[in-house]
Amino acid sequence: MTRQMTGAEMVVQALIDQGVDTVFGYPGGAVLPIYDAIFQQNHIKHVLVRHEQGAVHAAEGYARSTGKPGVCLVTSGPGATNAVTGLTDALLDSIPIIVLTGQVPTFMIGSDAFQEADTVGITRPCTKHNWLVKETDALSSVLHEAFHVATSGRPGPVLIDIPKDVQFASGTYNAPQPSTSHYQPTVKGDITSITELVEAMEKAERPLFYTGGGVINSGPAASQLLRELVAATNFPITSTLMGLGAYPASGDNWLGMLGMHGLYEANLAMHGCDLMINIGARFDDRITGVISEFSPNSTKAHIDIDPSSINKVIRVDIPIVGDVGHVLEDLMKVWKSRGRKTNSSAVGNWWSQIKEWQAIECLKFTQQGKVIKPQYALSRLEALTKNHDRYITTEVGQHQMWAAQYLGFEDPNRWMTSGGLGTMGYGFPASIGVQMGHPESLVINVAGEASWLMNMQELGTAMQYNLPVKQFILNNERLGMVRQWQELLHGERYSSSWSESLPDFVKLAEAFGAKGILCSDPDDLDEAIMEMLNHDGPVLFDCLVEKHENCFPMIPSGKAHNEMLLGDADTQGAIDAKGSVLV
Amino acid sequence: MSDLNLKNGTSAKSAYNLRPNFSDIVERHTLAVMVENEPGVLARVIGLFAGRGYNIESLTVAEVDHEGKLSRITIVTTGTPQVIEQIKAQLGRIVTVHEVHDLTVEGPSVERELAMFKVAGDGEKRVEALRLADIFRANVVDSTLNSFVFEITGAPEKIDAFADLMRPLGLVEVARTGVAALSRGG
Repeated sequence: MTRQMTGAEMVVQALIDQGVDTVFGYPGGAVLPIYDAIFQQNHIKHVLVRHEQGAVHAAEGYARSTGKPGVCLVTSGPGATNAVTGLTDALLDSIPIIVLTGQVPTFMIGSDAFQEADTVGITRPCTKHNWLVKETDALSSVLHEAFHVATSGRPGPVLIDIPKDVQFASGTYNAPQPSTSHYQPTVKGDITSITELVEAMEKAERPLFYTGGGVINSGPAASQLLRELVAATNFPITSTLMGLGAYPASGDNWLGMLGMHGLYEANLAMHGCDLMINIGARFDDRITGVISEFSPNSTKAHIDIDPSSINKVIRVDIPIVGDVGHVLEDLMKVWKSRGRKTNSSAVGNWWSQIKEWQAIECLKFTQQGKVIKPQYALSRLEALTKNHDRYITTEVGQHQMWAAQYLGFEDPNRWMTSGGLGTMGYGFPASIGVQMGHPESLVINVAGEASWLMNMQELGTAMQYNLPVKQFILNNERLGMVRQWQELLHGERYSSSWSESLPDFVKLAEAFGAKGILCSDPDDLDEAIMEMLNHDGPVLFDCLVEKHENCFPMIPSGKAHNEMLLGDADTQGAIDAKGSVLV
Repeated sequence: MSDLNLKNGTSAKSAYNLRPNFSDIVERHTLAVMVENEPGVLARVIGLFAGRGYNIESLTVAEVDHEGKLSRITIVTTGTPQVIEQIKAQLGRIVTVHEVHDLTVEGPSVERELAMFKVAGDGEKRVEALRLADIFRANVVDSTLNSFVFEITGAPEKIDAFADLMRPLGLVEVARTGVAALSRGG
């Protein structure tokens, strides 16, 4: 089907044809024709954010919670440069988003025109791919290809820069066709390597699944296959921050998150396993600790759709390039056809060892006195919301790690956090994007007061669209993670790591017309959380917490998994565990 | 908390340490990269090398298939085996890259480079320069009473050797194209 229309109309038509229902954006001179086209249709809802960074994070939240690509529309120059942080965030976390930017007219490109920036140049390293479209006739095929590139293979952000004259001019629109472009990533894994992994699984005495965001990105079927595989083999499973929810937190084989602030049992299992099965994770430095001592005695298998992830950081023995869902399906077939074998007696001993580690209860804390411990606040939030249809976003810092530790995720796509880039200011706009995708669900952003302030202007967006996002701020009046590092690594010199002149968050909420709740007494916490949940509208929950609480467990700089700091937790028994656990 | 007993290669100020225990022998590889000839494709390739800290010893690029809109980029790079593998995998991720060939490991290949040398001088040095150029099968493409411009084609080592010989004879300026390479056989 081809039709004549303007470039601006093509943008809207392509979005409709690609199944887009929501666009997050902010208008400006170079995208006015597209905004005019949006005004004249009723298929796509436009969400006006208050800052372009917010638009990109909202699109990320929408994408991660729905499994569909998120779409942003921003203007040229500052609109595009404000999108850069969000693009980089999406690149590092492999989130499919499509960012459309306006550009000055083609005949003015290169003249330092008003609001001109070299958008494709600036965003080349922070997108999976980008395009500058100089002819209206080429626009529709680029738009469709952008969706193909963003969502195929390892997903990621793409950007299309559209000069204003291209938006005004008429051309031929082509409806989407199955992509015929060169870019067609491999999704099926090599069956020989898969068989090799199955052989290793049959023999393994101390196996471990180490899963990541790739399982979530592969879609719900991949999480389902993972659950079947774990149940069938009885192997223990741990996950990265990005992969939480692929396997349920209530599952029998769940060890909890691993890594720098991961659980004791998960990290020691990584250190002590003899077969590591990495499924859609990338050996991030927050996971590995010091590389020379990372899981020293294991055979390592790595399933990843991106060949560049293989052997990038950790040399693996069984590389399998392919989509997690496809590979797990084949893996199950091969394993079943060979008689569903595991070394169950050895795996039983392995579980006995793991249970000893679990008995340490590394997340144990004691709430006493009249100051709320952040761990307590999150435990109560978990208890009071876990039966809800719930989505969680976070900002970045201590609260993020505590949220990962103390909240349980039963399903994929329920947990949206900035893992790779660590973008403070991510969570609030992301919660807006999630709520747009799930209007009836409970959406909570677990935040620190410093992170939250970085994109606080989006309270206006939440109010305008009546998005009842709950902002659960653990307020310690500190940049908590920075302060913790300064305590541990910089001789307790707290350089610029506390927030002076914080706003009164209740009044701030009220200034936007939202509801503010202040809670500082542990005895009032449950009631206050219930008040937040029962309010039909955005809530700013200012939870005053212990100011100097540190986040544990922690693998300190340059240390291995078996050298965790456990902090205040009961350390009896940790000393005789393998390796020297620093306390 | 002050003494964390940090190991060699780690820093108290760093949360991580990327020192893999792979082979650290640095190798030189010639890569042939087939790319879509679209605006910015060279910037993507160069940006990848710059952004990830890889070396470029030489790089040549030209369209080789006008109808298919394909260009061939020949890159000579150096790195440990692990880095070379990463470079190839990272190049392969670029959406507009069609093929990546490592000519150094994919069987025998031939490499050629074109260079021009301006050599100024007179008397015995001028005669000697001309004589050596003849031995190296370099052509004289420009000549004045006190200078030559030689054109020479060959493997990079041959051009290096010629440069070494010309230097004492009045070498003024060099222009090199970088390596073009093809695999041998059918």
